[in-house]
Amino acid sequence: MRFLASLLLVASVFLLWRGHNEPGGGFAGGLMAASAFVLHALALGPDGARRALRVSPLFLIATGLGIALLAALIGVMAGDPILTGHWVTLDTPGAENLKVGTPLLFDAGVYLVVVGVVLNIILPLMEDE
Amino acid sequence: MSGLVALPLVVMLASSVAALAFLRYPKIQEAIALTGMVALVGAAGWLLAETWDGEILVLQAGNWPAPFGITLVADLFASIMVMLAAIVGLAATMYSVGTIDADRERYGYYPLMNILVLGVCGAFLTGDLFNLYVWFEVLLVASFVIMALGGGRPQMEGALKYVALNLVSSVLFLSGVGLLYAATGTLNMADLSQRVAEAEADGYMTAVAMLFLTAFGIKAAMFPLFFWLPASYHTAPAPVAALFAGLLTKVGVYALIRVFTLIFTTDVGYTHTIILWLSVATMVTGVLGAVSHNDVKRILSFHIISQIGYMTLGLALFTPLALAGSIFYIGHHIIVKTNLFFIAGVIRRLGGSYELVHLGGLARSRPALAALFFIPAFSLSGIPPLSGFFAKFALVRAAAEEGEFVALAFVLGVGLLTLLSMTKIFVEAFLKPASGEAPAAPASPGFWHYAPIGGLAALTLVLGFAAEPFLSAATEAADQLMEPERYIAAVLGEPQ
Repeated sequence: MRFLASLLLVASVFLLWRGHNEPGGGFAGGLMAASAFVLHALALGPDGARRALRVSPLFLIATGLGIALLAALIGVMAGDPILTGHWVTLDTPGAENLKVGTPLLFDAGVYLVVVGVVLNIILPLMEDE
Repeated sequence: MSGLVALPLVVMLASSVAALAFLRYPKIQEAIALTGMVALVGAAGWLLAETWDGEILVLQAGNWPAPFGITLVADLFASIMVMLAAIVGLAATMYSVGTIDADRERYGYYPLMNILVLGVCGAFLTGDLFNLYVWFEVLLVASFVIMALGGGRPQMEGALKYVALNLVSSVLFLSGVGLLYAATGTLNMADLSQRVAEAEADGYMTAVAMLFLTAFGIKAAMFPLFFWLPASYHTAPAPVAALFAGLLTKVGVYALIRVFTLIFTTDVGYTHTIILWLSVATMVTGVLGAVSHNDVKRILSFHIISQIGYMTLGLALFTPLALAGSIFYIGHHIIVKTNLFFIAGVIRRLGGSYELVHLGGLARSRPALAALFFIPAFSLSGIPPLSGFFAKFALVRAAAEEGEFVALAFVLGVGLLTLLSMTKIFVEAFLKPASGEAPAAPASPGFWHYAPIGGLAALTLVLGFAAEPFLSAATEAADQLMEPERYIAAVLGEPQ
């Protein structure tokens, strides 16, 4: 179980990452990450999943919306219309010319919102049973 | 200053995020929500000031040029609507501080209120048809939750009807968007306006127009698709009902006016005649429903329907004067109707009921409240010099100029019946002696109840006694609507 859940989480981040130019993205990635926690909850009960999540799903929603808003406003600070994409090029070992931009940041916000919303719906339903 | 167009949306999103972060602390949430709404009024005021002299502000989100990206457009009509949404949002938040229980607050009442107003403002400001659908969904999802939050069985039943009908409407709307996109290949409203005008007149566009009319007609509660409104609004708590009554149906009216002045203007003789008779039917059925009920909230709900008819009547007549009348009517109605629902909440607090039979004697025990009720109630009926009079006067004159004397007769008759049912509430709740079965310890309304009521009543008086600048703004906004070339040029740039 632990192996499967971790695998799902890694795959979800991969989906988020490649979603910039290929199918995937924050929404699909977020759904997959949420399914990792749901798997956890099915195996060890919703309390265990909440402990594994560490923060409340609502906190994830707030953080995700905040990140998306920030990504939208970065363009404004640079003097462009809202939501304009901006990129910085990083030269890290192993990945030269890595371009990281505000669309990815926005997608990361979407990812967190989706995880938060899905878990906020599913976990209380499981706890009701 | 085109970035200004997005400011109301940013303000609302930021305050909903902040309030969400403090979900466990209702006092902090209240402070954040109030600050956010005050900031929204400020942002809307700024936007209104920038567009007041007829300038159209356009923002291309993400710097993608129209018609490929999503465009936000603030013409005068949109700015006026955002201002009204901000005022009502602030008033409803103030009233909520004194009313909403801690349970609802812990389940996210204030963040949802902010998201609801965010959706409303987004719907007013967008220049893209699919984006309009998205904003509609934003506000509907928030309103679904607020409607169902913390309620018992009757409230759930009301919420269920509300959800079901609005989903049907969304499906129709989305089908219309799809058909339009299939035929024209664009969703930008300014671009659509040109493409639809160039399209062959073979009935396809008229059929699509009817789809939009049905979809927005449900949301605006037009005849014959209004029955969800009185079935659901009266179950919600007073500030929720007030916010919904004041704002939500008017988003439908706004969308109707927008698409039927900008996009579907090729077959006015057909489409707008249908709207005319639907408007008349809406006015009449609404007011008859109001006259036949004895529950304050239900009477007020039926009056919403009746007044939607007046607003769409101005669209149907399709002259600058008529549209100016519609716009002024929307402004007057949003302020007055929200206020009446607030006062109904206070009446309930004092008298323990919404049923007129159980009420009475309030004029003696609360003369100030009686005076505060008098202003919006008689403004609603169109008594000069209150704001409703000028709104109705403009519509009556426009109807007379267009020679629609049957519609005109209905406008006057419905006005009379409105007066009748407002007088009924006034006499039953305020003037007749108390029925003696008043609650032992009435929950006394405080500052947070009277402040928004007093503020909105004062606005009603200003709209009535100093109507001139507002009427000229409504006229300017109507002129912009009647000359879509200005909107198109602002969005797509000057034609080469």
